[in-house]
Amino acid sequence: MKLVSTSIILLASLAANAQELIYPASAQEKTIYLQHATIHVGNGQVIENGSLVFSNGKITAVGSNLPAPAADAKVLDLQGKHVYPGLIAPLTTLGLTEVEAVRSTNDFSEVGEINPSVRSLVAYNTDSKVINTLRSNGILLAQVTPEGGMIPGSSSVVQLDAWNWEDAAYRTDGAIHFYMPSLLQPANNPGRSIPDDKIKESMDKLNQVRTFFREAQAYNQEDKHAVINLKFQAVHKLFTREEKLFIHCDLVKEMLLAVDIAKEFGFDVVIAGGADAWMITDLLKQNNIAVVLKQAHSLPVMQDDDVDQPYKTAAQLQKAGVLFCLSNEGFWQQRNLPFEAGTASTYGLSKEEALSAVTLNTARILGIDKTTGSLEAGKDANITVSTGDIMDMRSSIITQAFIQGREVNLDNKHKQLYERYKHKYGLK
Amino acid sequence: MSLARLCLLLGGLLAGNFVHAQETFPVNGIADKREGCYAFVKATIVKNATTTLNNATLVIRNGKIVSVGTGPVPKDAVVIDCGGKYIYPSFVDPYSDYGTQPVKKAVSSRRGEPQLLSATKGAYGWNQAIKSEVNAAAIFNTDESSAKTLREAGFGTVLSHQQDGIARGTGVLVTLADGSENKALIREKASAQYSFDKGSSTQDYPGSLMGSIALLRQTYLDAQWYKTRPAKEGTNLTLQAWNESQSLPQIFDVQDKWDALRADKIGDEFGVQYIIKASGNEYQRIPEMVATKASFILPLNFPLPIDVEDPNDARFVALSDMKHWEMAPSEPAAFEKADIPFSLTASGLKDAKQFLTAIRKAIEYGLSEQKALDAVTLAPARMIKADDQVGSLEPGKLANFLLTSGPLFNENTVLYQNWVQGQRYTIKDEDFRGTYTLTVLPANATYTLLVKNATSLSLIQQDTLAGSISLSGELVKLAFPVKKGAAQLRLSGVTGAKEWNGTGIDTSGALIKWRAVFNAPYTKKDSTKPASQLAIGKLYYPFNGYGWETLPQQQDILIKNATVWTNESEGKLENTDVLVRNGKIAQIGKNLAAGSARVIDGTGKHLTPGIIDEHSHIAISKGVNEGTQSVTSEVRIADVVFPDDVNIYRQLSGGVTSSHLLHGSANTIGGQSQLIKLRWGADAEELKFAGADPFIKFALGENVKQSNWGERQKVRFPQTRMGVEEVLTDAFTRAREYEKEGPGKRRDLELDALVEILHSKRFVTCHSYVQSEINMLIKVADSFDFHINTFTHILEGYKVADKMKQHGAGGSTFADWWAYKMEVQDAIPYNANIMQRVGLTVAINSDDAEMARRLNQEAAKSIKYGDMAEEDALKMVTLNPAKLLHVAEHTGSIKAGKDADLVLWSNNPMSIYAKAEKTMVDGIIYFDRDRDLELRQRISTERNRLVQKMLAEKKKGTATQKAAPTQEEIYHCEDLQAGHQKSLINGN
Repeated sequence: MKLVSTSIILLASLAANAQELIYPASAQEKTIYLQHATIHVGNGQVIENGSLVFSNGKITAVGSNLPAPAADAKVLDLQGKHVYPGLIAPLTTLGLTEVEAVRSTNDFSEVGEINPSVRSLVAYNTDSKVINTLRSNGILLAQVTPEGGMIPGSSSVVQLDAWNWEDAAYRTDGAIHFYMPSLLQPANNPGRSIPDDKIKESMDKLNQVRTFFREAQAYNQEDKHAVINLKFQAVHKLFTREEKLFIHCDLVKEMLLAVDIAKEFGFDVVIAGGADAWMITDLLKQNNIAVVLKQAHSLPVMQDDDVDQPYKTAAQLQKAGVLFCLSNEGFWQQRNLPFEAGTASTYGLSKEEALSAVTLNTARILGIDKTTGSLEAGKDANITVSTGDIMDMRSSIITQAFIQGREVNLDNKHKQLYERYKHKYGLK
Repeated sequence: MSLARLCLLLGGLLAGNFVHAQETFPVNGIADKREGCYAFVKATIVKNATTTLNNATLVIRNGKIVSVGTGPVPKDAVVIDCGGKYIYPSFVDPYSDYGTQPVKKAVSSRRGEPQLLSATKGAYGWNQAIKSEVNAAAIFNTDESSAKTLREAGFGTVLSHQQDGIARGTGVLVTLADGSENKALIREKASAQYSFDKGSSTQDYPGSLMGSIALLRQTYLDAQWYKTRPAKEGTNLTLQAWNESQSLPQIFDVQDKWDALRADKIGDEFGVQYIIKASGNEYQRIPEMVATKASFILPLNFPLPIDVEDPNDARFVALSDMKHWEMAPSEPAAFEKADIPFSLTASGLKDAKQFLTAIRKAIEYGLSEQKALDAVTLAPARMIKADDQVGSLEPGKLANFLLTSGPLFNENTVLYQNWVQGQRYTIKDEDFRGTYTLTVLPANATYTLLVKNATSLSLIQQDTLAGSISLSGELVKLAFPVKKGAAQLRLSGVTGAKEWNGTGIDTSGALIKWRAVFNAPYTKKDSTKPASQLAIGKLYYPFNGYGWETLPQQQDILIKNATVWTNESEGKLENTDVLVRNGKIAQIGKNLAAGSARVIDGTGKHLTPGIIDEHSHIAISKGVNEGTQSVTSEVRIADVVFPDDVNIYRQLSGGVTSSHLLHGSANTIGGQSQLIKLRWGADAEELKFAGADPFIKFALGENVKQSNWGERQKVRFPQTRMGVEEVLTDAFTRAREYEKEGPGKRRDLELDALVEILHSKRFVTCHSYVQSEINMLIKVADSFDFHINTFTHILEGYKVADKMKQHGAGGSTFADWWAYKMEVQDAIPYNANIMQRVGLTVAINSDDAEMARRLNQEAAKSIKYGDMAEEDALKMVTLNPAKLLHVAEHTGSIKAGKDADLVLWSNNPMSIYAKAEKTMVDGIIYFDRDRDLELRQRISTERNRLVQKMLAEKKKGTATQKAAPTQEEIYHCEDLQAGHQKSLINGN
C-alpha cells in the first residue's frame, strides 16, 4: 500500500493542476528490481513470489530465485501484487478521435474506397486525454487503426507515453486494413433503401480489391515506372509479408474469401472481427490465419445462438489451436480490455490463456512479439502492476506501469476530477 | 355430350352480357331493357355453409335471387341444366382495396427538415395520418382487370377502402361487376377503417407505434369533444367524419399478434369493439385472441418455404421464422378450434387466384370445410352487416354465385362461372376433356379418342398413338395417325350442339366426313396424399427458440447453504438457506426444512436479489422514441411492450429480473415508461410489474436540442439548453392552466400526464449529463412544486450531488462511459462513488441490451474506481434501483415477504468470474443454465428438422423465398452513444 499512498500524495500535490502536467516519463536510468510479486509472464507461465529486473528499458531477468539486486538498483517490494506484461489494445481509433460526436475531432476515416497509402500514425494525437485513462488500467500499447471505405490505410502500433507520434511509434505501418464488404443480404425493411442484390454489389467491390492487388503485384515487380502510383507502392510489403493484411469481417462466407485472398496473393492475413470464427476453426488453423476477435461483450449474432456465444468464442479458438487475441471496440472503451479477457476466462479460457489473449498473442499477431507481449529477458520492459487479478474489476487496480522501462504517470483527467469533487464535498 | 355441358358451353360463348340499364342515363340507340331471368336447374345448391339442396333450382331476375329450391321455373327464364354441378354463394372479401388507388408509403428520412403539421389542404385535422374524411365510395372506380382476378378467385363482393393512414376513413361495399360504378357500389359507407401505419403521411408525428396509439386515443377524445362544436376549433371535417363513421363496423388492420391486442385495448378504452384484420401469426397467442372478444379477418398469405440450401445463409434465419412457415397455415384451424369468429380475406396474397389453394391448405391443417365456406361467405357478410344482400343464396339477395364442377374445396374442382349481380362471368370453359367415339364416313370406321388437354389427344387402340387437337371457340381441328407410322388423318369441324362434326382428308387424300360423341370425362390419377402426413412442431411461449412449450408454474424452492447477500442490515450471510413459497421469500435461516419444496444446493454459490435495470430499452416494439415533438408525454411504453424479445431471456441469463423500459431521449418530455418483470413467456400485460408507480422519461442536453442530428435539424424548438428550460416551463404552465379549465375542456393526454407529475402521481426519470442542466431542472421542478425522482445517466451528477440530495433526487448512471459526445467529456468512473458518498440513492443502469447482461460487473467497477464496499456495489443494481422505482417493498433485497426475485451465482457476484446459474422471478426459475443447455439442443434439433422439411419442399418444386436474415429490434436512447452494440444483422 505504500506506493498507492505515494501516488495519492503525488496527486494531492497536483490537485490544482490539469493533466497538462502529466509528463511523459524520461528514459529509465536506474535498474529496477521488482520482487515478491506474482509474475504472470504472458506465455502461460506464472511465477509465485518472483522477481523481475529491467534496465535501460529491457528486461534482464525474471524468475523466482534471482540474485539479490545490485546496490544501485531501485527495489520495489510488490508483496501480494501481480505483475503483468503491459496490455495491448488492437484495432482502436485511440488518438484519432477525441469526442466521437464532434466531427472536427475525428481523424480516422478518409474519403474513398481504396486508400492503402493513408497512414494512421501521423494523425495519432499523443495529447488525447483518453490515453491516460487507458494507461491507468494497464493498457500500454495500442494498434491505431483507420476506418472507412474498403482499404482505409495502414495501422501502426504506438506506446502510450510519448510527446509526439514519432516518439510513440512502436511498430510503424505494420498492417494494411481491408474491410470486407458485407455478404449478408439484409431483409428489406420499409423505409430503408437496401440494394436488391447486396451480395452482387459486395462481390463487385471485392473484385475491385482483387484487381487492385493484382495490378499492385505486377507494378511492384518492376522498379522503374513512368508513372508513380502511391497506392501500389503502399502495399508493396504485403507481397513480401513484411506487413500484414488485416481483413475485417465476421461471417463465414466473408472469412472464406479472406482465406482465399491470403492464398491468392500469399499475404500474411489476419481476420479482424471473426464473430462466427468458431464455426470454421479447423479451416483457420489449417491456413494459419490468426484472428483478432471482436469484443466478447457483444450480443450473439442470432437469436438462436447460445446466449453466451460471444463470451466463449475465444475458448473455442484456443481449443482448436487458432492464434487469436481479444479486442474491444472504439477508443475510450479500451480501458475495459482486461475485462474482455476476464469474461473469456469465465467462459472457458484458463486465466493465463486469457491473459495471453491481451498480451503475447496480440504481440504475435501485430508482429511485435520479439520486443513485447511477455515478461521475458531481452524484451522491452512493458510492465503493469496490479493489486490483484487484473482481469477482474473487483481487484484490477493498477499501481505501477512501465513502458520501455520508464515509470509511467498513472494520473488522468478522471482521477483529477475525482479529487476536485472529493475536495468540494470534503470526502477523504 | 350432355345437355348441361352444352348449355354451359353456350353460355360461355355469349359475348357481352347485357347490362342493367340505368334509369337516369340516356340511351344512344334503341332501348334494350332486359330482366335477365335465368333458371339453373338440377344443381346441387349450397345455400350457405350448413344447407345444401340436391337437384334444386335457382331462379334469378334483375340481378337478384328470386327463389332457391323447388320454386317454379318462370316461363321467361333461360333454363340452364346444371346436372352434376354445384352452386355456391360467391365469396365476400371483407378486406380489400379493390377500385381504390394504390398508396405510396412515405419514406421517413432524417435528412429532410421536419414537418410538424399536416400537408393535407382544407378544413381537416392537424394530423395527416388521420384521414377519416376519406370516403372510399367517392374514389371508387371499377377496375376490370382486378375484378376479373378476384372473380376468378371466387369473390362476388368486397368491402374496399383506401389502405392508407392510421384512420383511413370509410370503406365501400361493392360487387365485382364490370362496368358502371353506380351498379357495383351497393353500400356507400360500410365500415370505418384503422391501422397503426401512418402510410403516405409525410408528417413527422407519429414516428413510432406508441405515437400511433396515442394519436388514436387522442383523436377519440377530440372527436367526442368536437361534438360540442367548440368555437375554438372552427370546422374540422376530419373529426366530423370520424364521428359520423362511429356507428359503422370498425375494422382495424394489424401487422402482428401483439398489435391485435394493442388495437383491442384502444377499443376497450373507448367502447369500440374492432373487427381485427389479423396478420397471420395470431395462432401463436390464441388465449389472448379469445380474450379480445373480437371477430377476426384472417389473411391466407402463408409464407413460402425458405430456401435453406446454403447453410451459411440459413444460419441467419431464426428458428421462429422457420416455425412460422410451418405453422402459419394452422391459423384458421386454431381460430375455429378456439371458437373465435372469423372470416378469410385474399388481402396479402400476391395473387388472389391462390385464394382457394390457400384455403385448401388451411383445411389440410385442420380447418373444417364447413367453417371454411362460412368464413368466405356468410361470416364476412355478417361481420360487415351486409348479410341482407350477400353471403348466402336467399331470395332477395344479390345474384352472386359460383358454378362449379364439384364440391368447392376438392382439389380437382373447377370454377366454371362466377355470376355477379345476375351477370355471368366465365372463369373456365366447360371441360371438353374426356373420351370420344369418332366415326368416319363413308368408311364408317370408329375410333376411341382420349382428349387430355387443349393440344394433345391419344388414339386408344392396341398401340396408343399420339395426335393433336386445337380448339378455338366452336372450331376444332384434329389430327392423328390411324396406325403406327402411318400418315395422319386430318379433321376439321365444329363443336356443335349435340356432337362434334365436320369434314376431313383421309390418309389417301380422299374427302371424308366425321362426327365425335362424348363418352366419359377425363379423370386424372388420384393424387390424394396420406392424411397422416401433417406433422408440425410445437408452439413456443414466447415464439422464440428459447421459449417454453408450456408456461412454467410457481413451485416452492429451498436454496440450501449459499452465501446470501441480503441487502438488509444482516448483510452477507454465509451457509444460509432461503425458502421460497408461493412466489415470495418465506424464510431465511440455517438448516431450514424443505417440506415439499424443491431443494437446490447452494454450496459454494452466492444468492442475491435479482438485478433491476433502471434504464432499459429491451422488449419494445416499433420505436423507442416519439421524438417528433418536444413534448410527447401522451405516449406510453406500456402500449408497446414486446414479449418475444430474446433479450428478455438473454438478460435473465445475466441475472436481471426487472427492467424499467424507457422512452428514448430525443425530446425534452418523452413518453411514459413501463417497469416489467422478466417473466419470459408471459404476454405484455403479464410482464408488467403490477402496482408499480408510473414514471415518465424526460431528457436534457444534446439529444433534445438535436445537436448531433445533422445540419437540417435546426427547426424544432429547442436548439439550446436555454430553450430546454422554456419547453419545461411552458409545458408545466400549460398543465396548470389546463387543470383549472372548467367544464367542456378538451381532454389532453399530453397534459394529463403532466398534471399527474404535478400531483406526485407520476414520477420523473430524466436523462441528463451536465451540471448546468441538472441544476436547471431542479429549479424548474422546485418552481412548480414537484420533484425529480431520478436523474438517469447523470454523468456529471458528481458535480451537483449536493443539490440533487437537497432536492431529493437519486442518480442512475453508467459505470464508466464517456467521450462519445461533447456533453460527456467530464464523465468519470468515480461518479457513482461520489454520489453515493454524498448520500444519494445511486443505481447503475445499462441503456444497452448487451451490457444489461453484465450489470453486476458494471456495479463492481465502483469497487475499482473509488473503493466502494462490495455489498454497496451490489445494491446499486438491486436495492437502489428498486428504491428509485418505488418497488423496494417488493423486491431488491432478500427479506421474508418480498417477491422471490433471486439469482444464484457460481461465484462472488461482484467478480467477473461469476455466472448466473439460476434466475428466478416470483419463485419461478426462468433461466437455468442446465435447462439452457437442453434448449440449445432443442433449437438445433428443431432447426434441422425444419431445414430438412424445407429442402424437401424445394425438391418437390415448391416455390421458395430467399433466406433473409431475421431482424431484431435493438434500441438505445440514441444512436450516437459509442460502446453500444451494433448488430451485424441490423447494421443500425
